[in-house]
Amino acid sequence: MMILKTLTRCPLHGYAIAQSIRQMSDEVLTVEEGSLYPALQRLLLEAWVKAEWKRTPSNRRVRVYTLTTAGRKQLGVELSRFEQMVAAIGRVMRDVEVEG
Amino acid sequence: MSAAGRWMNRLLYLFRRSRFEAELREEMEFHREQIEAELRSDGTARQEAHRRAAVQFGNTTRLRERSHDVVAFRWETVVQDVRYAVRQMTHSPGFAITAILMLALGIGASVTIFAFVDAALLQPLPYAQPDRLMDVTESLALFPRGNLSYQDYLDWKRMNSVFTSLEIYTGSGYLLQTPDGTEAVPGARVSAGFFRTLGVTPVEGRDFRPGEDAVSELPVGMLSYATWQKRFGGRRDVIGQTLKLSGVPTTIIGVLPSDFQFAPRGNAELFTTAQPTNGCERRRSCHNLYGIGRLKDGVTVATALAEMKGIAQQLERQYPDSNRGQGASVMPLARAITGDVRPILFVLLGGAGLLLLIACVNVSNLLLVRAEKRRQEMAVRGALGASRVRLARQYVTEGLVLVLLGTVAGLAVATVMMRVLHAMISKQMLAGMPYLQGMGLTPHVWAFTATVSLLAAGLFSIAPILRLPVAALRQSLSDGGRSGGSTFWRRLGANLVIVEVAIAVVLLSGAGLLSKSLWKMLHIDLGFEPDHIATLSVDLPARGFEKDAQRAQFAQTLLERVQNMPGVQSVGLTTTLPVSCNCNTDWVRFVGKPYNGIHNEVNNREVSTAFFQTLRAKLLRGRLFTETDDAAHPKVVLINESLAKKYFPGEDPIGKKIGDTELTPQSLREIVGVVSDIKDSALDAEEWPAEYEAFAQDPSSYFSVLVRTSPKPESMLPALSAAVRALNPEVGVEDQTTLEQRIHNSPSAWLHRSAAWLMGGFAGIAFLLSMIGLYGTISYSVSQRKREIGVRMALGAQRSTIHSMILREAGRLSCFGIVAGIGCSIAAANLMGSLLFGVRTWDVATLAVVVALLAAASLLACYLPSRRAATVNPVEALRAE
Repeated sequence: MMILKTLTRCPLHGYAIAQSIRQMSDEVLTVEEGSLYPALQRLLLEAWVKAEWKRTPSNRRVRVYTLTTAGRKQLGVELSRFEQMVAAIGRVMRDVEVEG
Repeated sequence: MSAAGRWMNRLLYLFRRSRFEAELREEMEFHREQIEAELRSDGTARQEAHRRAAVQFGNTTRLRERSHDVVAFRWETVVQDVRYAVRQMTHSPGFAITAILMLALGIGASVTIFAFVDAALLQPLPYAQPDRLMDVTESLALFPRGNLSYQDYLDWKRMNSVFTSLEIYTGSGYLLQTPDGTEAVPGARVSAGFFRTLGVTPVEGRDFRPGEDAVSELPVGMLSYATWQKRFGGRRDVIGQTLKLSGVPTTIIGVLPSDFQFAPRGNAELFTTAQPTNGCERRRSCHNLYGIGRLKDGVTVATALAEMKGIAQQLERQYPDSNRGQGASVMPLARAITGDVRPILFVLLGGAGLLLLIACVNVSNLLLVRAEKRRQEMAVRGALGASRVRLARQYVTEGLVLVLLGTVAGLAVATVMMRVLHAMISKQMLAGMPYLQGMGLTPHVWAFTATVSLLAAGLFSIAPILRLPVAALRQSLSDGGRSGGSTFWRRLGANLVIVEVAIAVVLLSGAGLLSKSLWKMLHIDLGFEPDHIATLSVDLPARGFEKDAQRAQFAQTLLERVQNMPGVQSVGLTTTLPVSCNCNTDWVRFVGKPYNGIHNEVNNREVSTAFFQTLRAKLLRGRLFTETDDAAHPKVVLINESLAKKYFPGEDPIGKKIGDTELTPQSLREIVGVVSDIKDSALDAEEWPAEYEAFAQDPSSYFSVLVRTSPKPESMLPALSAAVRALNPEVGVEDQTTLEQRIHNSPSAWLHRSAAWLMGGFAGIAFLLSMIGLYGTISYSVSQRKREIGVRMALGAQRSTIHSMILREAGRLSCFGIVAGIGCSIAAANLMGSLLFGVRTWDVATLAVVVALLAAASLLACYLPSRRAATVNPVEALRAE
């Protein structure tokens, strides 16, 4: 979901996606960055993103991932599901506070 | 995205696999370099940056594999595993070949026996709704499944309300005039509705019409398909043709389907209507038929049996003289047909199953040893990023590949063994088991094979998975696969060896008991000398032999002719050959003895004057028959010892008179002598009281000639047959054989022999496998303990101490195995009690031999590895560290 989100603004390559997640989360989410790649393969397989090879300014070949329409739709689904979840957790936590 | 779409994408990836790998690698490389560059721009040292970049990125290999897993088909890794498994096997061909051979033997043996079980017991009989077909007969205390009398049958048919139809059949033979002379052709007489009840329709012509079995109707007959082809060339115009069957003109009205079989009369070539023409069928007291009934819907076997018993009781009250003690028996037809082979098949299936179990135990033992050796390899693979599931799956795959190869080899073994065993069954036995035609790789057999293989595969995967390193990854690595955690393996492996030895004891003692039964059976006191006796049976046609005097005259002339042939010492005849059955019985009553109406059932044979001399049977009292005991003189009879003991205890039976149940004057005959018991019954049956009447005083149209010869009896057979035919070409001659051959091939001897041989084979293989297993376990244990032994010796242990230490360990295993095995084999012997003859289930001698054999063999199996242990060079053993 987070990968899809980072791609909403513009197409990015793997390293940029990792950086973007790291920065946006204020360095809280610093998992093994490599685990990005299996996830990306899954998104490719589901056709939520598509990839093409481009050249960087330093003339290196990189794979740039772009969000597809299906991916955008999927993001919407996941976001609403996530919000429901957060809201639910929030309600439970509030109850606990009242009782405490 | 749809599943199909994902599948298509995966397929695309499959074809661009190497490009996918390269691109992924490049991408990841770039990523890592970027992190490194970033770190260095922050001022981190080059090496440190490289290290931290690697940490931040994670395990590249594992990530690549995970990415790969996402896009790959599941089976791709399976293919990988299989390839790896095969490579593993080719690396250690010794292990692979041993394991596959053992599995092939185990699976082959059990599949073969199962194929027999399937053909005999599981496949339905080839009739319409065969489970509704019942075998219906009368029953007596002595014959739980006796014959049915025609008069009783008519009443049963009329009175019962449980069968939609009740039909009868009985074996029969016909003399058929062929271009080669008179031939005796086996057949059966059946009631008109017989084939309709079975649900069989003729392929040519028509079935018997209802009522066509009445005496008033013209005799008609049906041909078996094989006979139609063989004797009539498959010509359609045979329908309507009239054949002379034993002189009776019979019209052929139909041909049975090619797949028709009827086991109780498997070799029948002709089926005629059972018209109650012979004297037996007019008497209620004469039993010569079997019944077949089709149960009405919703009626159970128990209900039918209860009703038939009720009817039998009613008839018993109505006809107390003829029907006293005549009950009823109703059982599924399939059971009646396969009743005699059922226990043997179950015992053999059990034996084959145990053999398979031993093979499996041995193979899993081998796998355990290998798993132990591969701990290090697995630990390395784990460290390189293989998940536990993946490692476990590797073992599962290896197990599956092993079992697959073993199963293929096993099926090959089974196919060959089925052919061999089938070919070993005599023609005569095969005729009685037509259901074996359906034997082969049927769906049942495939299912059985699949189940067995899956179970084995499960066992073979679980065993080594238990040995997967759990947490002690690093320990396994550093340990170099030496001894860590070996106690677990030693215990499991050792327990498996105990199981193996126990099974070997069970199989060996089973085989021992069966062999001893066979030996005892073949060496029972027959009461005569069966060597050098040629026999053949003579069937007189009805025409020309209507009168007693004609038959007596023919027999007399034949005996004289044969007696004068060169090489003949003596010749006799009887209506029923020895070692046949407790059959052709007679109900007798003794003059001057109280009679309570209970039937005194005795074997009844008509024999010629020289019958006893020819057999060299012993006369105990009185005299044998003489030439003057003929129709012109008063009737005389000889009795056997059993009859004398049972009915004349403590008295001299000579001079006493025997008669029929009503003591009608013309039935009375005087006892002139007592002979020792001649084995009239089957070998494994109890000897009954018997009476021997003089053939000349009651000549029948069917008899067997016994000739004691000086040369080999086989060599005389053609001349003997020719002598009969020369006397009268219309007389049928059949079953030319020697008495010894006949006994050897008799059903009881055959069944016991095949059981003993097969079980012996299984036991032999099991014995070998279990000893290999024991040897393997002990050698492995020795190799594992080399260091320990080295230390012990370095500390001053004597070679003999080491020797006895290992032998003690091995001795403990085989002792436990043998003791457990003895317990199990006594239990197993009780299960096969019906197959034992003259042997107790806890036959001490057999068990002692088995124990001695196993003890000696296991000593040998352990001696070699223990010797190797004792010759361990402590310096070398310790330096190897």
